[in-house]
Amino acid sequence: MAEPTPTKSKRPFGRSVLILLAIFAGVVVYAYGFSVTDVDLSQIRSETRREQLTRVMRALARPELVTYERVETNTDTPFYMPCPPGGFTPPEVDPFSRHITVDPACTEPGGTITVHGENFSPNARVTVYLVPPSGDLELTLKSGLIADDTGSFTVTVDTRERPSDQPQTIRVKTREPIGSIFKPVTVESIDPNTGATVVVRSPRISKAALDTWDKIIETVFLALLATTLGVLIAVPMSFLAARNLMKDITTPLIKLGLQLVAAPVGVAVGVIAARWAQDISGLLTDSVLLVLLGLILLPGLIVLALRWAFPAVELEPPTLGLRISRGLVLFVAAVASIVVLFLSASLLQRFGDWVAPRLGAFEFLGAFSTTIGDILAAIITVIAALAGAGVLVNLAGKLASWMRNHLPDAITRPLAVPLVGLAFALVAVIIGQGIDWLYQIGDPVKIIWVPAAVGAAFGMFLAIRAYKREVVNIGLTVYYMARTTFNAIRSIEPLVMVIVFVVWVGIGPFAGSLALALHTIAALAKLYSEQVESILPGPVEAVQATGATRLQTVVYAVIPQIVPPYISFTLYRWDINVRMSTIIGFAGGGGIGFLLQQNIRLLNYQAASVNMLAIAIVVASMDYLSSRIREKIV
Amino acid sequence: MKGIRLLKVEHLTKVYEGGTVALEDVSFEVPDGEFLAIIGLSGSGKSTLLRCINRLIEPTEGRITWDGVDITAAPQEELRRIRRRIGMVFQHFNLVHRSKVLTNVLQGSLGYVNPALSIINKFPKEQVRRAYEQLDRVGLRDQAPKRADELSGGQQQRVGVARAMMQNPQIVLADEPVASLDPVLAHSIMQYLEVINRDDDVTVLCSLHFLDLVHRYADRAIALKDGHLVFEGPPNEIDDEKFKEIYGKEAERVG
Repeated sequence: MAEPTPTKSKRPFGRSVLILLAIFAGVVVYAYGFSVTDVDLSQIRSETRREQLTRVMRALARPELVTYERVETNTDTPFYMPCPPGGFTPPEVDPFSRHITVDPACTEPGGTITVHGENFSPNARVTVYLVPPSGDLELTLKSGLIADDTGSFTVTVDTRERPSDQPQTIRVKTREPIGSIFKPVTVESIDPNTGATVVVRSPRISKAALDTWDKIIETVFLALLATTLGVLIAVPMSFLAARNLMKDITTPLIKLGLQLVAAPVGVAVGVIAARWAQDISGLLTDSVLLVLLGLILLPGLIVLALRWAFPAVELEPPTLGLRISRGLVLFVAAVASIVVLFLSASLLQRFGDWVAPRLGAFEFLGAFSTTIGDILAAIITVIAALAGAGVLVNLAGKLASWMRNHLPDAITRPLAVPLVGLAFALVAVIIGQGIDWLYQIGDPVKIIWVPAAVGAAFGMFLAIRAYKREVVNIGLTVYYMARTTFNAIRSIEPLVMVIVFVVWVGIGPFAGSLALALHTIAALAKLYSEQVESILPGPVEAVQATGATRLQTVVYAVIPQIVPPYISFTLYRWDINVRMSTIIGFAGGGGIGFLLQQNIRLLNYQAASVNMLAIAIVVASMDYLSSRIREKIV
Repeated sequence: MKGIRLLKVEHLTKVYEGGTVALEDVSFEVPDGEFLAIIGLSGSGKSTLLRCINRLIEPTEGRITWDGVDITAAPQEELRRIRRRIGMVFQHFNLVHRSKVLTNVLQGSLGYVNPALSIINKFPKEQVRRAYEQLDRVGLRDQAPKRADELSGGQQQRVGVARAMMQNPQIVLADEPVASLDPVLAHSIMQYLEVINRDDDVTVLCSLHFLDLVHRYADRAIALKDGHLVFEGPPNEIDDEKFKEIYGKEAERVG
């Protein structure tokens, strides 16, 4: 043990200067910050601002959950004219209920009195009458008077020459709300639209509250749909953005070239196959019976074909002839599958159309079936195109492997260079078409030949650079592309995205859910992929070692490990989406935000307060619910 | 039956990204049915060597041939067919914790079964029966429906052995299979490997820490030091001098 030597820490001079400079820099930063954010206390102190704030805050504190019917109401107080012998003491008033007081409490006929009223409706229209003892006459003393914000008024009026030794009455007529939440009443009222007399309850749930209920339901489901759609796409995407899964995927140059050429061809094949399938299913869709028959028979045949083409256990590599016949059978099975999809879509549409009018209040279930059918019909071609690309890319890969195994290196290596060049030229031309769509160049030299040349040059350059290693790290390329895309999409708030979707699908919750879904895809794919990156590598290694394919490895070693965090993130995102969907309406995305924005613009703060209350309740309960589910599952 | 097939490692070199040389010019042969122990200090390249054999790690140079087939040159498809005949047992068991014990064992059949059906967790009845059979062999049949992480360390390693045996392997690579277990459990696991080696005629390549285990179970041993092969021969030839050469001057024999 060394002797503890007490050292007096001496701060070097340079360090002190540095700290001083840092403090000075901090002051400058905040000073500039104050100046650009217009920090202005005189605004806060201003009297008019304070009054406005008070008014808004008071309105917000009174959410207009119920509306009261207003009926003409009399508020009376006894009054003597002239004063009786011995004077007159007016009855006690309850300071918290609606009342009027007269000062003086009695007067000579025609004298002047001051009438003071309290606890009337704010800004109520007040008329003051004198009612002589007979009670069948009301003499107007003052009309057109308006009570103040707190429902008080004071008015000085001249009485009439109507002496009597009997008590008379000073009467104030106002339109006052009737009934209470605990004791509602029914009254007759005139419908402002039709002019007819209707019987209504008072108080009753306000229009603001009813609208809020409608829109908050819309909001919750908007968030649900956006989250569902987002999760469905984000889950597969997240694997592409996981470095640990992607980093080892390398592909030989020749394979890359062949596959890149094969992909667009595959898309074309898929589209053509989809068209065939549509024609075939078109023959069947005329009759429901044929559709049903097709839906029963075809899946059976497809399963049989799959069973035959993928035997349960395969010990020896299959022969070439077997492979080719398998390929043909699978192609037929694929076309049959597309036919099945078309038939299902048609069946869903028919069923929906048929059942909707028969369901009454549950008509939306029928409409749902029809819409799902529509969606299915719309995406079949896309599915077929992707599947076609997948199959052809796979075949190109096999061809490349075969070439590498059976042809001498001296042929395959140099062959890869023009092949990769061709592939990149193809990709560049496709990009060129996209640019042409955006900028409408229309010049074939600029949109076909120049991109082709640039692409070919780039591809060949790449191929020559990787010539010696013979492989390129395609996995990392895909990884970086996926990451970049997600980050770019994520950086644009859904509130901004919704503007584009509003143009595309119109103002409303559909635009909102699409915008939220797109953002959810990017955000969740990133969060998910980080979870994939943090899994234990051991099980992955173990499953790989058994001879499992890449897909099997993902299913057996990766997915079980990521289920808890995925669920947790999905719930978290749902939570965020509920919150986002409450404001997405500000930009036209439907949901309660639209209502809230409208009420604020119309200065209808009491209705806005109802909206905010609903948002607070929904967000708080979602938060509670999702944390409970998370606890349960994870 | 011994000596028909041959696992042949020739001039194997592995240089990791960043320049670490894990193996340098390692050559040896393993006849069919042998129990070969691989010894050496931590970091001497034992794990890398085992993983090069089924190409979980790509060798930088050299060739590994088995039964005349060049493993190092095999394309992906063929590599998978080779891998499914090589079982592997790991130091940290490498079970999928959240999956059932039975599923973990069934993973051993992934190389054989229909890839499309296996994705939806559907295995042929025959394979499920075999999985139970393998669990029976390691005495864990009644644990099949449990989650893997509910098992103790020794039980988990037995599941690991069952998974490897599910592959019907001709070679088992065991990477420090008992280093995370206490001595009693260690012997029980080693005995399973011994049975596999003796009764099923499976070649076993097993890296080990403790010399007494090497003496007790191995037919032959090789020793690695800093990525070089420094010893090859029967275990009883490892005397004090050899030991110091393998483990360094300051090393003490503990087992």
